[in-house]
Amino acid sequence: MTAATASRRTADIDEDLEARLAALVRGHQGLDPADLVEVVESIVSSAQGDLSSVNLRLYTEIEALSSYIQTARSEIASLRPDEITDEHLPAAGEELEAIVGATEQATNAIMEAVEQIENEAAKLDPEAAGRITDAVTNVYEACSFQDITGQRITKVVNCLTHIEEKVNALLTAFGQEITPKGDAPAPRPAPKPAKTPASGRPDEHLMNGPQLPENAISQDDIDALLASFD
Amino acid sequence: MATVDSDMPILIVDDYKTMLRIIRNLLKQLGFNNVDEATDGAAALQKLRDRPYQLIISDWNMEPMSGLQLLREVRADSKLKDLPFVMITAESKSENVIAAKEAGVTNYIVKPFNAATLKNKLTAVFGAF
Repeated sequence: MTAATASRRTADIDEDLEARLAALVRGHQGLDPADLVEVVESIVSSAQGDLSSVNLRLYTEIEALSSYIQTARSEIASLRPDEITDEHLPAAGEELEAIVGATEQATNAIMEAVEQIENEAAKLDPEAAGRITDAVTNVYEACSFQDITGQRITKVVNCLTHIEEKVNALLTAFGQEITPKGDAPAPRPAPKPAKTPASGRPDEHLMNGPQLPENAISQDDIDALLASFD
Repeated sequence: MATVDSDMPILIVDDYKTMLRIIRNLLKQLGFNNVDEATDGAAALQKLRDRPYQLIISDWNMEPMSGLQLLREVRADSKLKDLPFVMITAESKSENVIAAKEAGVTNYIVKPFNAATLKNKLTAVFGAF
């Protein structure tokens, strides 16, 4: 029932009541119509008020709520959540994979060059060779950034996968309302597994990866912790 | 404490080939040239059962078998249980160190690490070299 229909129906009832009230007054001279109205209102009020009016207000509230939800759907649809899962997240994953590949390639190139330098250093006098070896050692140590970077990127990829799952849940919940051309979201293949995905390993809960500096404990802290077992 | 044998066979385990290469080069600088590699715990366990090693240096976070699982397998194996096992990992939470210690790790190095730390830990296991 629309609000207009409800309003018309209320008007019809009012006219009918007025006619019956007039007839009643004609048949009972001396009866004040206002008193009669007051009695009727009192009876209706004791029966939880004007039911048709309550229904109308309830209907109006529901209609407003429906309109609000529809507006929200339109706004979400304008954000194109399907693009997030179909384009943006896969593109971000590919870019991150490219970073891992590029840093690995660069690190290997650096390592090869430094290994050649180290081999050549062996032909020099011990003092010069020692200085070169120290520098080469520093390069080896610095190259471990590639491992740490790769693990950090894996954590980011896992975050993206989590976001993708949430957006897919949103698409499924709203269905045809927020997908282009009214299509329901197509089932997506399982996201490409990260390097170290959850796999049911018994120590899965300990796979935290590299920590941010403020959360990590130092080598000295670890040595002290190990010593506390002795 | 054992005597250092610079020719002792060492198994290094990491799923990052770059890290294997770094550890191998650092061990070479320390005088250890007999170094073998594996890229996860299961492959390492197979190698350990195929030939004798005197030291394991392993990462933690690997598929399908992690470094901690490898450590537990080694400690549960009557022929391997006394092998020195050094964990080199980016897992730097206290709970990780405690879990590794309880599983029987010999020493624990957090990434990124330097050559001096590696030398110190090997010295702690085998004595000065």
